[in-house]
Amino acid sequence: MTARISRTSRSAQVAMVIAALGLIVLAAAPWWAGRADLRLLGEIYLYLSLAMLWNLMAGYAGLVSVGQQAYVGFGGYMLFALTMFAGLHPILAILAGGVLAALLSVPIAALIFRLKGAYFAIGTWVMAEVFRLSFAQASSLGGGSGSSLPVDVVKSFAASRSGREALSYWLALGAAVVVIACVYLFLRSNRGLALTAIRDSEVAAAGLGINIWRTKLEVYVVTSAFTAIIGGLIFLQKLRISPDAAFSVNDWTAFVIFIVVIGGIGTLEGPIIGTILFFLLRETLADLGTTYLIVLGLVAIGIMLKAPKGVWGLIRSRFDLELFPLSYRVKSDNSDKGA
Amino acid sequence: MDWISAIVQGTLLGGLYALFAAGLSLIFGVMRLVNIAHGDLIVLAAYMGLSTTVMLGIHPFVALLIVAPAMAGIGYVLQRGILNRTLGDDILPPLLVTFGLSVILQNALLEAYSADPQKMNAGVIETASVPVGGLTLGVLPLLTFAIAVAVIAGLQFIFYRTSLGRAFRATSDNSDIAQLMGLNKAHVFGMAMALALAVTAIAGILLGVRTSFDPSVGGARLIFGFEAVIIGGLGNLWGTLAGGVILGVAQTLGAKIDPGWQLLAGHIAFLVVLAVRPQGLFPRVAH
Amino acid sequence: MPKPVLSLHKLDAHYGDFQALFGVDMDIAAGEVVAIIGANGAGKTTLLRSIAGLLKNQAAQVTYQGDAIGALRADLVAHKGIALVPEGRQLFPSLSVEENLQIGAHTGRAGPWSLDKVYGLFPILKERKDQASTTLSGGQQQMVAIGRALMANPDVILFDEISLGLAPVIIKSIYDVLPNIVGDGMTALIVEQDISKALSVSSRVYCLQEGRVSLTGATNTISRDDITRAYFGVGA
Repeated sequence: MTARISRTSRSAQVAMVIAALGLIVLAAAPWWAGRADLRLLGEIYLYLSLAMLWNLMAGYAGLVSVGQQAYVGFGGYMLFALTMFAGLHPILAILAGGVLAALLSVPIAALIFRLKGAYFAIGTWVMAEVFRLSFAQASSLGGGSGSSLPVDVVKSFAASRSGREALSYWLALGAAVVVIACVYLFLRSNRGLALTAIRDSEVAAAGLGINIWRTKLEVYVVTSAFTAIIGGLIFLQKLRISPDAAFSVNDWTAFVIFIVVIGGIGTLEGPIIGTILFFLLRETLADLGTTYLIVLGLVAIGIMLKAPKGVWGLIRSRFDLELFPLSYRVKSDNSDKGA
Repeated sequence: MDWISAIVQGTLLGGLYALFAAGLSLIFGVMRLVNIAHGDLIVLAAYMGLSTTVMLGIHPFVALLIVAPAMAGIGYVLQRGILNRTLGDDILPPLLVTFGLSVILQNALLEAYSADPQKMNAGVIETASVPVGGLTLGVLPLLTFAIAVAVIAGLQFIFYRTSLGRAFRATSDNSDIAQLMGLNKAHVFGMAMALALAVTAIAGILLGVRTSFDPSVGGARLIFGFEAVIIGGLGNLWGTLAGGVILGVAQTLGAKIDPGWQLLAGHIAFLVVLAVRPQGLFPRVAH
Repeated sequence: MPKPVLSLHKLDAHYGDFQALFGVDMDIAAGEVVAIIGANGAGKTTLLRSIAGLLKNQAAQVTYQGDAIGALRADLVAHKGIALVPEGRQLFPSLSVEENLQIGAHTGRAGPWSLDKVYGLFPILKERKDQASTTLSGGQQQMVAIGRALMANPDVILFDEISLGLAPVIIKSIYDVLPNIVGDGMTALIVEQDISKALSVSSRVYCLQEGRVSLTGATNTISRDDITRAYFGVGA
């Protein structure tokens, strides 16, 4: 009997096949789903993307931000500004918003990385407030009351309403797939391993010659760019933007944090499970309004205290499953071929 | 003269911000905890003040005799029941648990009091003013500033002159060794949170007398308090007062230029300090 | 032997997955001064931390005056009358010298020790009472650490490596005052790497090796060869 070390597992292979089949079914949704369902699914993909990105920052890089709404709103506003004033196609405007967010995030990081731990968190919130107040001053974008995406811009995106809805659905689905793939491949890369080393012990990682500040900066910049792109897609669905909606701490940070915490922070599967649970809860409890948010807060606190690795952590400890093969595992192998 | 007036008004406003900050600074100093729900607790205190004044028909300042002990009790129970369990090397649990608490508090207040803005009625003191060297200063802002100075002096006294303060400092230095002295860490932290929320009660009542408030304004109060702490320098209560004053002056000067610039100017002052002096203007001298 | 004041019963102490002590038995009589010696990593500090409550064990593994205290929190152990002078002094840097001593009296236990008596034992501390504890020399810091433990008026005092990092002349002056401390009938456990110092003040000795008791007996009946063998685990 020999042992070999491998990253793949049976459950991961099964998950890949199911995911591929599921993706095909979901991609065909414009043909089988109603208008409201399509919209809901699109929203789910975008929240899933935000949760993946926030999890990468907080769960892996230790950058616990409560100010990612800065980039969601920025991406949304760039969609409006670049289509209205620079005449860019909406998709190009959204991508350009991502690039601009990346550029902007570097000096911001230089400032707020001076704050440690929880103070970093509140610093990111201050930044988001600066964004909100600044865009509220921009009278050409409607100031405090915001503005709607002009009809000709909407038409340039897709001629018919159903065409527009299908296209923004596919963009949302595509964004979620790209974000999940990028986060997964990043975590498997040497950079990702460095990040895990930092999470496990900053001192030890520094001893191994990993430049902690630089690695965290890279994560922050890339996450900010993607978050802005998702923000652009969110407001492409909404077609209307205002400072309060764009930079809402509840919508773009509180919900995202709840999704990740409930699903399992610091795991790749966590945000997926969390998003599914979040929307199940929302669709069943949404009529309760504020009570729903209170329940959500209680569930998150309970999970943080009792099961800090979330629902996915509970599942994994019971069944030893891993859908995204990240960790190495030692396998016993009874065949002669074992290497 | 207008500008001088703005600076003086800003200074007095800074007293209120220092009160927002003092509790935050205290609990960070003792247990390295940053409470994201701090602003919402200030708002909770304001609503408790409102209910007390309405139900008992008493002046808001008298209501403080009920609200401050009540908030202290909430603080002690909160710390021992929940927050103590989140403390450790990992910063995530305290951050996320207090964040969850913030959302719960906001929505519970929304449920109980609706989103309509409320205000406490403090009677003639709200409009009374005194002429000082050519300026007309409101009695309420002056009183707020005086209370802030008194509160910080009081906290300073507790911290450095009483056995409770000694226990705070010892536990903060090294909680294992403090336990060897017979100090129960959980109780010491509970007392620190009780004291912090008693101060929060004062801040909440003064907030509710000064302006109208609704359940959503807690986040901004947390940010103002946080900015005052960082501008002043971590671990220095008098520095926190100075930080509050700088923030208040920046805001009133910003508002003088353009009303839309009030909050932005405060944030910019904070970011400038962070850029040129990240340890704050008056950091505690290391022993 | 009279009824022991402090006993360990098959004490297995763990740090996470790492086991530091294996079935250690020990009986300490009231008023005894017992030395615990052993090489680095033998488990001496773990033993003291277990008694003081900084490491949790099963309740019955540590008994004190008839009570099972193995699972008790450290602050409750302190209230019962066990004080630890920790390795490396570990004074509170935010507290002045006098405050460090005052906080030692937090348990409020009655007894002979007071601020004046500690200052009588270590007069230099009275001169330095308002200074920050970090400004003192290593020897003076050790005096504060000992004084802080005495302020609790403990029945049992645990000393962890009081000579570590100190100059020989300072070590000698501290060991010279030890009889004044334990003379009042206080029970003491002294963990030391400096074997001769430990043996000079104690009546009985335990030697630990890799988490197990490898030798025990009255100080005056044990030979240096026995100790060398028990210390290093090799035939001498």
